Amino acid sequence: MKEERLNFLQAKYESKLKPKSLEELTKMTGTKGGHGPRGAMAAGKPKNTKDTIKRLLSYISGEKLLLTIVFVCVILQTVTSLIAGYMLRPIINDLTGEDASVSGLLKGLMVMTIIYVVGIFAQYLQQRIMIGVSQNALMKLRNDLFQKLSKLPVKYFDTNSNGDIMSRFTNDVDSVGQMLNSTVIQLFSGIIQIVGTLGLMIYTNWILTLITIVMIPLMMKALKAITKRSRKYYSSQQAAIGTMNGYIEETMTGQRVVKVFNHEEEAEEEFEYLNEDLRNKQIKAQFFGGIMGPVMGNLSQVSYALTACIGGVLCVANGFDVGGLTIFVNYSRQFSMPINNLAMQVNTIFAALAGAERVFAAMDAEPETMDIEDCITIKEEKDRNLYVIPKAGDYAKNLTDRSDIVSEDELYLYKEVKGAVTLNNVTFGYIPETIVLKDISLYAKPGQKIAFVGSTGAGKTTITNLINRFYDVQSGEILIDGIPVKSIRRDDLRRNIAMVLQDTHLFTGSVMENIRYGRLEATDEEVIEAAKIASAHSFIIRLENGYDTILEGDGSNLSQGQRQLINIARAAISKAPILILDEATSSVDTRTEKHIEHGMDRIMSSRTTLVIAHRLSTVRDSNAIMVLEKGSIIERGDHKELLEEKGRYYELYTGKSELT
Amino acid sequence: MKKYSKYIRPYLSAFILGPILMIVEVIGEVLMPKLMANIIDLGIVNEDYAYIWGHGILMVIVALLMMVGGVGGAYFAAKASVGFSSDMRRDIFGKVQKMSFANLDQFSTGSLVTRMTNDTTQVQNLLNMMLRMMLRAPGMLIGGIIMAIVLNPDLAKVLLVALPIIIIVVVLSIKFVFPKFKIMQDKLDKLNSNVQEIMISIRVIKSFVREDYENVRFEESNSNLKESTLKAMKFIILLMPTMSLIMNFTTLAVVWFGGKEILAGRMDVGNLTAFITYITQILGSLLMVSFMFLQSSRAFASLARIREVLDCKIDINDDNAAQKEKLVNSGSVEFKDVSFKYYKNNSEWVLDHISFKIESGKTLGIIGSTGSGKTTLVSMIPRLYDADEGTILVDGVDTREYSLHNLREGVGMVLQKNVLFSGSISENLRWGNEEATQEELEQASKDAEAYEFISNKPEKFESELGQGGVNVSGGQKQRLCIARALLKKPKILILDDSTSAVDTATEARIRECFYGTLKDTTKIIIAQRISSVKEADVIMVLDDGKIAGMGTHDELLKSCVPYGEIYYSQVDKNEEVAE
Repeated sequence: MKEERLNFLQAKYESKLKPKSLEELTKMTGTKGGHGPRGAMAAGKPKNTKDTIKRLLSYISGEKLLLTIVFVCVILQTVTSLIAGYMLRPIINDLTGEDASVSGLLKGLMVMTIIYVVGIFAQYLQQRIMIGVSQNALMKLRNDLFQKLSKLPVKYFDTNSNGDIMSRFTNDVDSVGQMLNSTVIQLFSGIIQIVGTLGLMIYTNWILTLITIVMIPLMMKALKAITKRSRKYYSSQQAAIGTMNGYIEETMTGQRVVKVFNHEEEAEEEFEYLNEDLRNKQIKAQFFGGIMGPVMGNLSQVSYALTACIGGVLCVANGFDVGGLTIFVNYSRQFSMPINNLAMQVNTIFAALAGAERVFAAMDAEPETMDIEDCITIKEEKDRNLYVIPKAGDYAKNLTDRSDIVSEDELYLYKEVKGAVTLNNVTFGYIPETIVLKDISLYAKPGQKIAFVGSTGAGKTTITNLINRFYDVQSGEILIDGIPVKSIRRDDLRRNIAMVLQDTHLFTGSVMENIRYGRLEATDEEVIEAAKIASAHSFIIRLENGYDTILEGDGSNLSQGQRQLINIARAAISKAPILILDEATSSVDTRTEKHIEHGMDRIMSSRTTLVIAHRLSTVRDSNAIMVLEKGSIIERGDHKELLEEKGRYYELYTGKSELT
Repeated sequence: MKKYSKYIRPYLSAFILGPILMIVEVIGEVLMPKLMANIIDLGIVNEDYAYIWGHGILMVIVALLMMVGGVGGAYFAAKASVGFSSDMRRDIFGKVQKMSFANLDQFSTGSLVTRMTNDTTQVQNLLNMMLRMMLRAPGMLIGGIIMAIVLNPDLAKVLLVALPIIIIVVVLSIKFVFPKFKIMQDKLDKLNSNVQEIMISIRVIKSFVREDYENVRFEESNSNLKESTLKAMKFIILLMPTMSLIMNFTTLAVVWFGGKEILAGRMDVGNLTAFITYITQILGSLLMVSFMFLQSSRAFASLARIREVLDCKIDINDDNAAQKEKLVNSGSVEFKDVSFKYYKNNSEWVLDHISFKIESGKTLGIIGSTGSGKTTLVSMIPRLYDADEGTILVDGVDTREYSLHNLREGVGMVLQKNVLFSGSISENLRWGNEEATQEELEQASKDAEAYEFISNKPEKFESELGQGGVNVSGGQKQRLCIARALLKKPKILILDDSTSAVDTATEARIRECFYGTLKDTTKIIIAQRISSVKEADVIMVLDDGKIAGMGTHDELLKSCVPYGEIYYSQVDKNEEVAE
């Protein structure tokens, strides 16, 4: 690599490759699973441990009886394993003693058999119950998370990356699952094991126990030193992985451009630079993660050796029994296991709590604002929809013009949904400081077609985002049939507005299901009728299985244009009186667009339609065209009027001016 | 195995030293119980202090040596496994760089990223584990068996019963659990795709008020996942108690038979305790092997995915290019009876016997409805795809005679689905020409009508673009992409629907440079709008992979029906738009 290039790359990645603090690591996502020294690291320290634990426990607290059984089993299992170990002492002593006999041996073995069987049974029962409990808890957790997620405002999805949300479902829920599954149990049994072993050791021989106790601080010190380093290298490894993954993702996405520009060599160079950097950091991280086992294990081998030697001396000098020595050296050799285990479990717990915290944070994200009290609902009747207006609500109280009211009863006024859309001095910004729409006012009569024209970022899509309340206005108000959208129940409002978006994403499922998404109770015949209106029928029947062809989310079996036609069919099947078309035919070529024009006219007839289109030919026959620039309407009128005005629209239409 | 030797060779010493050092640890572990038995049987029984101390110190030394072995083994295992996987990752990346567009079509972007990140990590973890366990488990097994036989051959017969049982259990469980794990993984994938859908389609879901519907769908796949997980886990949790059962009963048998031996005076107590330790070691190492197998299932699946990329046959290369040194000079393009289809077993051609010629410096406009083969046609010029039949000539020479590098150097292409990279605007533009001077950057961006908005940015050419160029508008992005291609100073410039988001007036100004800076460059323009190609020297109308007409605007309007249809779909028949 040329030095110049190397310097460039170093400068480019300097800040990105700096190891992140633990706190930043907590936020890092997507690259966690499976890397780094297992157990030797914590992905981050949780912040509000107590509440998180409480909340996590609430997922399993419904199974108190089962959990009690589990804990009894854990105690049984640990205690039996301790006793079984201890049982060797009398047996061996019997064998070496004066009155050694086969029957004595048999008796000892019988007791051991019972203990073993009890222990194993407890072990199985504990695991069997725990699997069920933890899987149920995980399922509940995922369901809750998903349900909360679907209630979150569009804003949440606009401001959080998909990868981030995704990793909450995968990595974070996984680590919580691991903890529920085994960690708590192991922690519990580890503590019993340590305490029990220590007790039995003291009981067997207190002098030898001292040796083991002296070894503990040494072990802890080693443990701490290793953990500290392994965390440090782990965090720098994570930073390197993150940077490299980002580079890989970007390059793979732009791979075709790389090829067209003969840029393969440069790409490989840059990749190699990052790969090399990762390699160096990863070796260190893996090494420190890997030496925990050998160092700790062999420290207890040292303690085993010391006990054997001093124990031997004690046997000779002090009359310590051989059986006691046998079990004692076994204890001292096994002593590091629970300590080691505990150290690892503590880290898993931290990782899991950090994960749980992220999951709960997503759950706690502010959902869409509540519908107001006494909100207006919409009742669907056979051939019309009615507003159901509670007389107790503000709208009914302030209502002066009652000419639209079709009927009333004790509690409610009823009014027909016609689909008039009014914007009164609407001002809005996604971030309050940056105003996207300034003082927009407009009125669409029921059944009219209103078009929005303007450059990217002029605020066209924002208007539609406000009408169905993906976002709420900052000032001004939006009215449907004279009713402020804020006082209509949100779900009912949205049910009465059908949208066709530029985004051509379809759901995994059959073509039939995808179209039916617009109205779940639609019959097959209605679906086919809608597809015909959208000119989608002819290509659908030529698909492998016709309407039953399974579509993949981003599958390649349909072209962009065909996907848009299915989206249009979805809107066609809906009976909503208001229709929003946001660049709905942008991927359909002009010739096909001409073909579907008739169908579109049918969909739009009897509905109030708001159209956003880049192609001016699609908006020509609108009742009114709004030209938006930098968040304001600068011109309005129908096609003819606007052309005569010789203003911005005229310039755009004749190609004298540009849409930027 | 041969396929992997290139990843092992550079780290051969680590691959050998790691397991060897691990053996040190294993030998120590095998020796320790025997030393302990000696202390009991020879030291304590004979009340020999010197012997006890001597053996005690020996044991401490062995333990310390074991630690050295363990730590060293960990180091070399890390070095070898990381080295192996980094090299492999580099090769995957390199392989993708060499892939043709047709090769790339086989893999989704996401799956390529996963292969380079997750899958290589899986392989690395497996290798690391194997290097540390590979000799350890068999070493413990063999060492343990040898020591057991040495201690008491008769008692060792217990193993003849225990070992086969354990092996059968392990093999059976692997056989049963693997397919269950696979089902579990499939259900997990399904759940994840559910989550992905709600994120991508949140606006659709909310506008149709389908939150509850989606919740039900999710709950269904969630409970499917739970059921399949339970099915797999039920087997796993059966494994552990079964193993302990076998181990415990083996211990009991050893104590029973060994006890009788001691009673008969044929065995020492110390040896019995050592024997028990060995039995535990032997059975434990088998357990270790079985867990290794379980753990490795994911890694082997990853390895298979990686191999798919590495073994992918590159279908376009320049190995047979006869004139590797040749450069594109003038830029004339000729198609001779070219046919092509993406799926070779399809009966329909995507391009059906296309023949035409365009002289250097001329402009060719291509128009046609979606799916008529426009993009495919131009992709064949820089050999992004190779023709199935017929030949494509650039400067009168078959494109397959050029080296890919030189051919693509001569052809500038602005793709329909274009991408900008994170970095500054000037970094992005310099993709076209790394050594471009500031003047050249400015000239190219002026030609592409991008100069104005670039200068309006606070940091001008040094303004940072987010990944994918998120902070410029669609039209601005397209103009940057054009500028990038212009900087390459290509002999042939292809614009594939690259001004769709640019308005007609700006587009018209961009076209002006066709007669200035790009006077001598052959220009091929695919467009939706008739106005974009109206002034071209010649316009080609593609319909269903065939040329439906070729000629100037006026000629086509008279003679070519599809052209007329497209034209009138964009222009009102009655009121001709003012020019």
